[in-house]
Amino acid sequence: MLEVKDLHVTVEGSEILKGLNLTVNPGEVHALMGPNGAGKSTLSAVIAGKDGYEVTSGEILFEGKNLLEMEIEERALAGILLGFQYPVEIPGVKNIYLLKAALNAQRVARGEEEIPAPEFMKLVREQLSFMKMDGSFLQRAVNEGFSGGEKKRNEILQMLVLQPKLAMLDEIDSGLDIDAMKVVAEGINSLRNADRAILMVTHYQRLLEHIVPDRVHVLVDGRIVKSGDKELANELEARGYEWVLEESAA
Amino acid sequence: MSAAHAFLQRLGERADDEPTWVAARRQAGAARFEALGFPTKRDEAWKYTDVRRIAEGEFTLADDAELDEARFAALGMPLDAHRLVFVDGVFSADLSDLTDLPDGVSVEPLTTAMRTNHEAIGGAIGRLAGVDFSPFTALNVALSEEGAVVRIGQGVVVEKPIYVVFASRANESARMSHPRVLVMAGARSQSTVIEHYAGEAGAANFTNVVSEVMLERGAIVDHYKLQEASSEDLHVASIHVEQGRDSRFTSFNLNLGGALVRTDLVTDLNAQGAETNYNGLFFVQGRQHVDNHTLVNHNAPNTFSNENYKGILNDRARGVFNGKVIVKRDSQQIEAYQNNANLLLSDRAEIDTKPELEIYADDVKCSHGATTGQLDEEAVFALRTRGIDEQMARGLLTLAFAGEVMDQVRLPVITERVERAVAGKLPERFNLADLVEVSDALEEA
Repeated sequence: MLEVKDLHVTVEGSEILKGLNLTVNPGEVHALMGPNGAGKSTLSAVIAGKDGYEVTSGEILFEGKNLLEMEIEERALAGILLGFQYPVEIPGVKNIYLLKAALNAQRVARGEEEIPAPEFMKLVREQLSFMKMDGSFLQRAVNEGFSGGEKKRNEILQMLVLQPKLAMLDEIDSGLDIDAMKVVAEGINSLRNADRAILMVTHYQRLLEHIVPDRVHVLVDGRIVKSGDKELANELEARGYEWVLEESAA
Repeated sequence: MSAAHAFLQRLGERADDEPTWVAARRQAGAARFEALGFPTKRDEAWKYTDVRRIAEGEFTLADDAELDEARFAALGMPLDAHRLVFVDGVFSADLSDLTDLPDGVSVEPLTTAMRTNHEAIGGAIGRLAGVDFSPFTALNVALSEEGAVVRIGQGVVVEKPIYVVFASRANESARMSHPRVLVMAGARSQSTVIEHYAGEAGAANFTNVVSEVMLERGAIVDHYKLQEASSEDLHVASIHVEQGRDSRFTSFNLNLGGALVRTDLVTDLNAQGAETNYNGLFFVQGRQHVDNHTLVNHNAPNTFSNENYKGILNDRARGVFNGKVIVKRDSQQIEAYQNNANLLLSDRAEIDTKPELEIYADDVKCSHGATTGQLDEEAVFALRTRGIDEQMARGLLTLAFAGEVMDQVRLPVITERVERAVAGKLPERFNLADLVEVSDALEEA
């Protein structure tokens, strides 16, 4: 589904990703780990199409298409959704408006009819209660005045409504207490199916106790230096990143 | 020949069968205007607004109101309302609809009101805005002949809005008009009055309107001024409000069109408990220029004013906001709040904003603030990552900026009009009223 090939990315003149390779297949959950400054968030930002990241070489294919030639919204309509580490507050735009406009943009792009209002409200209310959020969230401006945990739940709510093919979660666990973490993890686990891929960027192993990944990658200094299964995450938790750094230098 | 003199030449074109007191009033306006001349940028109140395009323009007074239904339909709003229509300043009986006015309410063209109710109207008109306020009000007095007169009797609640349309046609040569609007709201009456300035594409006329709104004790008036003339039109307006005890006036000054638009809005809070609310929105692009000068006079204790003006400027457009609040000595326990926020969508747009407070009492609550900023690019990105295209994302965020003001608007037709102008055609209604209904229904079920 997603193929990242020898990706080099610079930000403000300094190279952050230095030849990153990654393949994610449908049905798989991948965790991208690594010390601060390794370039973890850069990868998801480049895939989503954020400004300020210059791809100097390499390519990214999504379902065989050259992602780097697509506009930000085209990537979203193709089925890629980024859950932000710091979801932005959008004063004046109601949550419900964003959900409906985003869902209809997808449907229209697929040549479908816009969703009828009752059907939409039914869908949203189901997902809302699954995320343990009350109806007032819909009428509030996107993320405005939300606590850290509420913002993250709101990101997952969007995923549940929009049902992306590739869900990317950037440090979704940061700022969550244990209860909120469970709700968020349940939301993410409910997204798992044979057709969907999930790419999680995380600093801590904690999240992976709740969402067990198929593959774990360690990103160090702009490259993936080690990949393994969920056991690798446990090992990182126990031993830190030092040994991987040494191993990769050797 | 001075520019002022050239304008006054048009006086000679007026019918000479006017009553002598009307002629006398014209002469007074003309004399004052000739003495003052057009304002220049040396005048503090006109520092940022150059009126040479008006002064050097050549305008004639229209003498017909021809506009067929189709052309009118393209300009007017589909509102269930009591409607009075003027075309380039000339009353159109054909386009007006005053069939089912409730008892105690009269809505008439000025000329009719002057004939039938000379004493009441003659005494009221010009009382708040005579020849001295500005050169333009003097010019209006000299050249005005038509306008709207709305009188609402004591305790009458007018359900439907009173909708006054000033249509500006695309004429072969430019026209000018100097209409008057007079609203006399009786004690405890309630009404909504809309002044709608709409122009055909390519219309390049000059409108110089003076409105006076008088609220007696306990009266409630919602006043909308929707200005969406063509981008060639020139527009100067002066709105003067006088409020009695416990009255409430709410102004919506919504500017979407025009090449050069200047609005002065002045309220005198003359008795305890009077409240005035100023909601303003201007959205300008190209080389449009819009200037809002507002003034609230707290002439009595226990009076309240709240002002919120939002400006959105694109391309090389220019905006001016000057908001002044004067609290007289002995006007204790008043509250006055003022805010002006501006959104610049282009590097070349410009806003000059100046809030002014003059307070001569000591027991008051006042605040004022002005901000200018750009769209939040992080928010644009966030919306696009949800599949919303860039143009719509920017439109939504721009509309959201106007939200505080537009949320106060109680007429959906006007909300829709502003939404379309600011954000283009959206896939759904921004306020999602229908969804709220569905949602409530589900909740009850």
